[in-house]
Amino acid sequence: MADVNRGNRPLSPHLQVYRLPMAAVTSIMTRITGHALVAGILLLVWWLVAAVSGPRAFAAADWVVRSWIGFIVLTGSAWALWFHTLAGIRHLFYDSGQLLRIEEAERASWAIIIGSVVLTLLSLILFFFA
Amino acid sequence: MRYITPRKAAQGLGSAHSGTADHWFLTVSSCALVLLVPAFLLVVGNAIGLSHPELVAYFGRPYPALITALFIVVGMVHFIKGTRIMIDDYFQHTARKVAIIVSVVFSWAVIAAAVFALAKMTLVTVAI
Repeated sequence: MADVNRGNRPLSPHLQVYRLPMAAVTSIMTRITGHALVAGILLLVWWLVAAVSGPRAFAAADWVVRSWIGFIVLTGSAWALWFHTLAGIRHLFYDSGQLLRIEEAERASWAIIIGSVVLTLLSLILFFFA
Repeated sequence: MRYITPRKAAQGLGSAHSGTADHWFLTVSSCALVLLVPAFLLVVGNAIGLSHPELVAYFGRPYPALITALFIVVGMVHFIKGTRIMIDDYFQHTARKVAIIVSVVFSWAVIAAAVFALAKMTLVTVAI
């Protein structure tokens, strides 16, 4: 143990220097979006309960829903919902033994990311202009 | 003595003897949610911005009420199962039990609140 080489050893791959494959990134995002959706659900259920609780309760909840806070939470939730939905559809493909090759999984990952953004923008356009 | 290998005896059974029931439930509910997600977004998108009486009348109608009820019930039970996978990955022992109980109790409270609100709006609309 006297002459241990402490400075010149190869480094093992570590999370901080390891570039995650896109399939891993989107898999982690699926879990995060699924759990984060609780924020949007809570806001909407509070809004529904307030609507049957009385005019003052509804005024408060409706103000939050229509404020910039509500806009951020609901737009974020819409994106999380679309992302989680598309990733869930990919899981149905995975379960049937498809999209499991590395290139396919990589392409499906980008499809989920781009698709979720496009569908969220479409949802916003539909909400504001239709 | 049973003429069956240990692997065969264990196949399809988890430690809870329910096998792949949770996975299958997530598969079935995810298929339902693929249809419910766009429908629910349309229902909510049409509801935001309505006045209080308009909103109560809107959710008193069958289509918005049913889509919202189905989305929240199916979605929150899907949430219980999905959260369970996360809890099993990251928590052990008592913390795991507490987390599972909190997740289940919270989700059913959300379901109860939403169903109550929708039922009341429906009945108010009928009463008028």
